[in-house]
Amino acid sequence: MAGVQVANVSRSFGAHKALDDVSIDFPDGGFYALLGPSGSGKTTLLRQIAGFDFPDTGRIAIGGESVERVPVEKRRIGMVFQNYALFPNMSVAENVAFGLSVRGEPKATIAAEVQRALDLVQLGKLGGRRPHQLSGGQRQRVALARAIVTKPRVLLLDEPLGALDKALRVDMQIELKRIQREIGITTIFVTHDQEEALTMSDRIGILRDGRLVQEGPPEEIYDRPQSEFAATFLGDANIFRGDATGNGIRLPDGTAIAAASGASVAVGTKASCAVRPERIRISTGAATAGADIANVLKGRVSKRIFAGNNSTYFVDHDGQTLKVIVQNSGAERLAEGQPVVLSWSSESTVLIAA
Amino acid sequence: MTTTRILEWLGRFYIFLLLAFLYLPIIIMALMSFNASPFYQLPFEWTTDWYASLWQNDQLISATWNSIEIAIITTIISTLLGSMASLALYRYEFRGKKFLQALLFPPIAIPWLITGTAMLIFFFGIGIGRGLVAILLGHVALALPYVIVVVSARLQTFAPELEEAARSLGANQWQVTNRVTLPWIMPGVIAGGLFAFAVSFDQFVVSYFLSTPGQTTLPVEIYAAIRKGFTPEINAVSTIIIVVSMALMLLTARFFKFGGEK
Repeated sequence: MAGVQVANVSRSFGAHKALDDVSIDFPDGGFYALLGPSGSGKTTLLRQIAGFDFPDTGRIAIGGESVERVPVEKRRIGMVFQNYALFPNMSVAENVAFGLSVRGEPKATIAAEVQRALDLVQLGKLGGRRPHQLSGGQRQRVALARAIVTKPRVLLLDEPLGALDKALRVDMQIELKRIQREIGITTIFVTHDQEEALTMSDRIGILRDGRLVQEGPPEEIYDRPQSEFAATFLGDANIFRGDATGNGIRLPDGTAIAAASGASVAVGTKASCAVRPERIRISTGAATAGADIANVLKGRVSKRIFAGNNSTYFVDHDGQTLKVIVQNSGAERLAEGQPVVLSWSSESTVLIAA
Repeated sequence: MTTTRILEWLGRFYIFLLLAFLYLPIIIMALMSFNASPFYQLPFEWTTDWYASLWQNDQLISATWNSIEIAIITTIISTLLGSMASLALYRYEFRGKKFLQALLFPPIAIPWLITGTAMLIFFFGIGIGRGLVAILLGHVALALPYVIVVVSARLQTFAPELEEAARSLGANQWQVTNRVTLPWIMPGVIAGGLFAFAVSFDQFVVSYFLSTPGQTTLPVEIYAAIRKGFTPEINAVSTIIIVVSMALMLLTARFFKFGGEK
């Protein structure tokens, strides 16, 4: 087992900069999600770490050993592909045995290790099946067993759950996390699904246009996004834009928004504030006095979407539509067109440099 | 309902006519190879004399062995070279690759008469001349494009992630090819090999140009025999060839079906 260090890695394809000076420290034994829209470079980065492609500049180290010019077959990594890439001409057991067999391990060792890996992914009895006889979820497990049976230093997952339907995906998220904890392997997981990144990983790195936008534990990125992109890509956010006041911003209509955390921005320059929809209180009367009403805005409900355990209100304020999520507490529901008062604390507000 | 039945009946009749058109001459020839009369006279009188006298015809037998040997060697060489070429075209990007691929197709369309003439002139020019070696070289050249086309078609259905997955598991290039890529393209390789065999075994035009009186193949020998005077021995040997060729084509069809399987 080993951590992975990526330092100042750049990679261009023709004129296109797929990776632009990316540095990330993947902790030993951690579960790290590389999150980004398509074309953000996350898969390119994973392929550099795997060794399918080499960076133009920069360093990659696995367990302290420089590997940026080592080909994939010598890197001792395990990889799960988006479409699983199971060998169709081999049985499940032969698929899992492949990595040990090309290394020339003795047959008895291979059989025992394969069985152990299949048991770990709860497919102990299906070793004799062919890949095309398995369901999507089962193929996924075989791919995982095949990737970890060789005891790789790092496990790389390229959108491994993308091809599964929603219910199965949630099961596999839990399963994958369990297996990862059980063997304690450093895992790097590429996804474009922010929910998947939030629920599964210890750390998240958000990529955009080949650059690392922000990285850290999910809670930290969610609570203190450093850019509008990070705020809106990981979770939902209301973004206010205005001029920095020193402890927040002033909106064009003169309303002050107070923010307790975030970047330090010179007074008078352009800046934004981000607020999560579930942090905003919505009421019909005057906002109740207290510490958490640093920010108050008047508006009008334009739309309500009822989703069972919560409702989403879209509230118009000065030409901007704000999103507010209210838990279903059984209290009266607001009608569309109703004037409302929104309030939230300065602690719920993050200041972002423009 | 009745319209459907009439259409169905018409369809069957059409297929019957089609098959009759294709197979009637062949069936008659096969039957005549068992008829005692050398002049196609009826009533039909069963005999295997023609097959027996075929056995005595040393020239035909040696030409048959030549044909079989050349077909087998052609199959082995062109399947090996063709599969390797297909793999190279699939795996590597190099300058002029598109041009090279485009160049593979015209030989299939160029009339064999022209290819044969060109080969004759060329082989004389470089000193190989005529004979079995020239025939073999000619057949390999004719069969290669077929093998490459068939194997390449199979490779188009290959998922490149499979090679990547194998490499990520520590397999070197040889192990990747041997244990992942080759098993996948094997139905294409076998189908290509059968094509190569058929191209060589059925080849007349090019063989005719490149053969010498002592060193010849079965189709050329049959043609020579017919020119001298027709005997039902030719029916007999033709029947044998048809049975062998059809068996090979049926095998090919079977392996192509294999290729369609996921």
